[in-house]
Amino acid sequence: MSDTHAQSVAFVRTTEIPPAPPPTMETGAIKWIRENLFSSVLNTVLTVLALYFVIRGVIAVGPWMLNGVWNTGSLRECREVLDGTNAACWSVLTERWNQLLFGFKYPPEFYWRPTVAFVLLLVAAAPVLFNALPRKMLILTAIYPFLAYWLIWGGTIITPIFAALGFVAAYFAFTNGERMYGFFLGLVAGVGAALITWFIGGIIADAMPGSMLEAVPSRDMGGFMLNMILGTVCVSLSIPLGIVLALGRQSNMPIIKGICVVFIEFVRGVPLITLLFVANVVLAYFFPPGTNLDLILRVIIMITMFSAAYIAEVIRGGLAALPKGQYEAADSLGLDYAQSMRLIILPQALKISIPGIVNVAVGLFKDTTLVSVISMFDLVGMIRGPILSSTDWTGIYWEVFIFAIVLFFVVCYGISQYSQWLERQLATDHR
Amino acid sequence: MSTMTDPQPQGFRLGMLISDTRYRSYTFQFIALILLIVSIAYLISNLFANLAANGLDISWAFLGEPAGYDINQRPIEYTSQSTHARASMVGAINTLIVAFLACVSATVLGVIAGVLRLSNNWIVSKLMSAYVEAFRNVPVLIWILIIFLAMSNAFPQPRAFRGETPDATMLFDAVAFTNRGVYVPSFVNGAGSAIFWLVLLASIIGVFAYRRYAKNLLFKTGKLLPTGWPSLAILIVPSLLMYFVLGQPVTLEYPELKGFNFQGGVHMRLSLIALWFALAIYTGAFIAENVRAGILAISKGQTEAAAALGMRPGRIMNLVILPQALRVIIPPLISQYLNITKNSSLAIAVGYMDITGTLGGITLNQTGRAIESILLLMLFYLIISLSISAIMNVYNNSVKLKER
Amino acid sequence: MKKSVLFGALAAAGMTAGVAGAATLDDVQARGVMNCGVTTGVPGFAEPDANGVWQGFDVAVCRAVAAAVLGDSTAVEFVPTTGKTRFTALASGEIDMLARNTTWTFSRDVDLKFEFTGVNYYDGQGFMVPASLGVTSAAELDGATVCIQTGTTTELNLADFFRSNNITYEPVPIETGSEAVQLFLAGSCDVYTTDRSALAAQRANFPAPDDFVVLPEVVSKEPLGPLVRHGDNEWGDIVRWTLNALITAEELGVTSDNIEELSAGTNNPEINRLLGSEGTLGEMLGLDAEWAKRAIAAGGNYGEVFEGNIGAATNIGLARGLNAQWTDGGLIYSPPFR
Repeated sequence: MSDTHAQSVAFVRTTEIPPAPPPTMETGAIKWIRENLFSSVLNTVLTVLALYFVIRGVIAVGPWMLNGVWNTGSLRECREVLDGTNAACWSVLTERWNQLLFGFKYPPEFYWRPTVAFVLLLVAAAPVLFNALPRKMLILTAIYPFLAYWLIWGGTIITPIFAALGFVAAYFAFTNGERMYGFFLGLVAGVGAALITWFIGGIIADAMPGSMLEAVPSRDMGGFMLNMILGTVCVSLSIPLGIVLALGRQSNMPIIKGICVVFIEFVRGVPLITLLFVANVVLAYFFPPGTNLDLILRVIIMITMFSAAYIAEVIRGGLAALPKGQYEAADSLGLDYAQSMRLIILPQALKISIPGIVNVAVGLFKDTTLVSVISMFDLVGMIRGPILSSTDWTGIYWEVFIFAIVLFFVVCYGISQYSQWLERQLATDHR
Repeated sequence: MSTMTDPQPQGFRLGMLISDTRYRSYTFQFIALILLIVSIAYLISNLFANLAANGLDISWAFLGEPAGYDINQRPIEYTSQSTHARASMVGAINTLIVAFLACVSATVLGVIAGVLRLSNNWIVSKLMSAYVEAFRNVPVLIWILIIFLAMSNAFPQPRAFRGETPDATMLFDAVAFTNRGVYVPSFVNGAGSAIFWLVLLASIIGVFAYRRYAKNLLFKTGKLLPTGWPSLAILIVPSLLMYFVLGQPVTLEYPELKGFNFQGGVHMRLSLIALWFALAIYTGAFIAENVRAGILAISKGQTEAAAALGMRPGRIMNLVILPQALRVIIPPLISQYLNITKNSSLAIAVGYMDITGTLGGITLNQTGRAIESILLLMLFYLIISLSISAIMNVYNNSVKLKER
Repeated sequence: MKKSVLFGALAAAGMTAGVAGAATLDDVQARGVMNCGVTTGVPGFAEPDANGVWQGFDVAVCRAVAAAVLGDSTAVEFVPTTGKTRFTALASGEIDMLARNTTWTFSRDVDLKFEFTGVNYYDGQGFMVPASLGVTSAAELDGATVCIQTGTTTELNLADFFRSNNITYEPVPIETGSEAVQLFLAGSCDVYTTDRSALAAQRANFPAPDDFVVLPEVVSKEPLGPLVRHGDNEWGDIVRWTLNALITAEELGVTSDNIEELSAGTNNPEINRLLGSEGTLGEMLGLDAEWAKRAIAAGGNYGEVFEGNIGAATNIGLARGLNAQWTDGGLIYSPPFR
């Protein structure tokens, strides 16, 4: 081309014109502001209004928060220090820090024990939450419940060791029994082996009462620690129960299905607080005369039932979402029910229900504050009871509740962000 | 399984109960049933053993006895001489009142927040995300308590309204915000007020009829009737005429400071407001998420197609997106209503006399009939939940995509 | 192998479930700790101090019983109960006795099947108002907003009082006393009503106690005392006579200071019987001879317990009034130790 027209025009530019900068109205911050804040009259009004409220809010709350007092012994002292300026008395947090976190009865010299248990929780939960981590870390996860129990409650180490051994024995009895006699008898053998181990463990623990960590009765648990204990224990207990209920509800045996449906719908139909009332005032009547479960255990039973029903519904959703071909393929391979569930269906169904389960877990963790209504001293119970009614701090409320909000927000927001991240991870698999 | 050809009929062996899939399900169900019966029988026998050991019994007679306590918010007639059953009924109605108020306001709040969160105005959408995240991730009990405590500490006492130069004044001389609740004017029905209310009702129906007519006309002929000002006219003009013709039959009664408290008007108690607002704001955040998800579920092509037809953004939302999104939004919305009803049982934390406060609270305490009261309480919530679920199923069936 | 496993499991299940109920005294002694139900916190009567150790007038009764039964006044597990949970906790055996400002009424004694083992405080319901309100009598409270703690006899008395005086009120029911007080202090109610002892106790903790007055009316009889389950009379006797021992000790002038000296033997046969140097009263209760001595030594006699926790010298500052010994014109009276 250049050959034919080379001489026909006087000037041919041989290089490209450098790109001119776009008009200032169309670049950078100005463009962004124009498009995102002032694109129409309505938007402009909204922006101005929103800015007005944000600025008003910051002006009202900012100094109050930042000028707060951190080191006085009582509200009266704090007000004196503030001398009329409008600012927060954060000193309630510094003064009652341990009470807010551990309750008012947990022995102070043992605060390190729940703290260690909490840190280990993060380590133990990591391999479950993140697939990228080495699978060997799951061993720690398996040990964790027993270790955490021992750390928080103390007492003889024989109890948790035998509790763990019971599960190990159950596992071996189950695998061997299943190979020889099939799933059902294997299960029976597993349960039997566990019970025998626990029985022997009980005798040994009674015989050797020496304890390495001093026992702390569960009535002494309190503060945010209690919320964490209830949340983690109940969620982890309710997942297996939820799986069983979901499978039962999907089963084609009418009686088993009926039992599961009635249980799930009943529990989902009543508020948690009525179940807590049951734990508090009624449940004791249903145990054999003379036995005595303490309140925290009764509450754990009821909350576990509650969350199991919700988790069962989530897992049922997961089971229903699997293509029918998966069930048929499993059947066509000649797998029996237990095998097809364990090897084919549940791994997939659970995987897609994880975000839903995490949502239930967040909701449950928030609901653990309800125990304050039945006179347990969790974080909210501590605030409503001992702190707000103490002579030193009567009349304070924003500061302590803001602290509670921040604690719950950090935990719940963190978990829900994880759930969203996981959803994105899982979404790629289905593309 | 069932399609396989049956094996040759042969004698039934006991082992087949476990090994043969035809019989195994019966075995399992039988075992499950036995286990269930045994464990229920065990629990019940424990219950009776415990009751017998303490000389107690199960009896419902307490429901017919005088309750002996007073209830502050009485939607139906009730005195301390009424029965426990009546007190429970007052509580049940109070539950429904707060649940209804919270459902309505949570829906309004949730729809606004959900739509605004998708706004292309950066600061507005961020503000709405902050609202949603802040309220979704903090227990509702904390919000209830905060609103309750903040209002009881920050609002003036009724006494502050007294005197020549009071510390606090009423809004428009009609609404009083006190730390015991909010007092608003109430209607006083004079002679002929029934006619006035009927006319008002008729006008409201008239507005809907007109809008329907306008819509039909639009679809049939393409002629666009104005809806804004005619609706307003239909609503206001006849009622206003009637109001003056009948000689102002309905008057407002303003709250007035008498003795210790404001008298007259409607008293919305602190506990009601705290519970109502907390439930509305908390659940509103969840509804906002549902609304957002519903809108996002409608493919972008719908918006673009509507825009290509020349519709304004407001109309696109109202006529194209929302009707389709509703199909996705309504089921979770109804389960949020269910949650509101169940969460209203937290009333007990602020002393609102709902059914948990009367039947599950004072009645239980005074009579000591824990098992009976809690059973009734659960039954009440169960009935509400099941009826809401039934409504949801009917709705789901009616909006199911009809594939032709 | 199969069968043995199955049987083992069944046996284990049977063993864990088969804990039979026994007499409360045996249970407590086997456990080594007595479970005592108290309030979630009423200053002076039962409240954990800064170290989480329970202190108070009701708590002292629990400690005395524990000292009598177990020989250790600290071998008590205090179970905080609310108005809602206290009776179930006792009926279901979660606690062995309830010492929680509980009013002795007919229906609680007869219908709910509890045994009140005496009265450790004679109380009556009263009203507290801000002094600035200028109210001098409860009859002037027409239309007032009243904060009540639910789950007590208080709300029934209140309804009766206002009904019989033909005046109206606006009840604000609150689950715990401390929250009711917070509302009262914030001015969300004009009146706070509960037992007069608790009114005095809570008023003492107010930032400005003098700004509040307790009205003179006493609208009810509230005999408060410890209670146990019906049907275990041996245990009921122990609790009853431990309380009586404290009362008798004051009457006879036995204090925690002179108890060692007196227990060596005195000329007064009743003191000797009480402290176990004469007779077999302890044996009759199923305890040892020094049970009452330990109970009294735990926190002092009735008068000492009263003065130490709620008396005039404390910041709660209750006068003995009805709760003086009968010899001083009060109602506190113990049957003889004979």
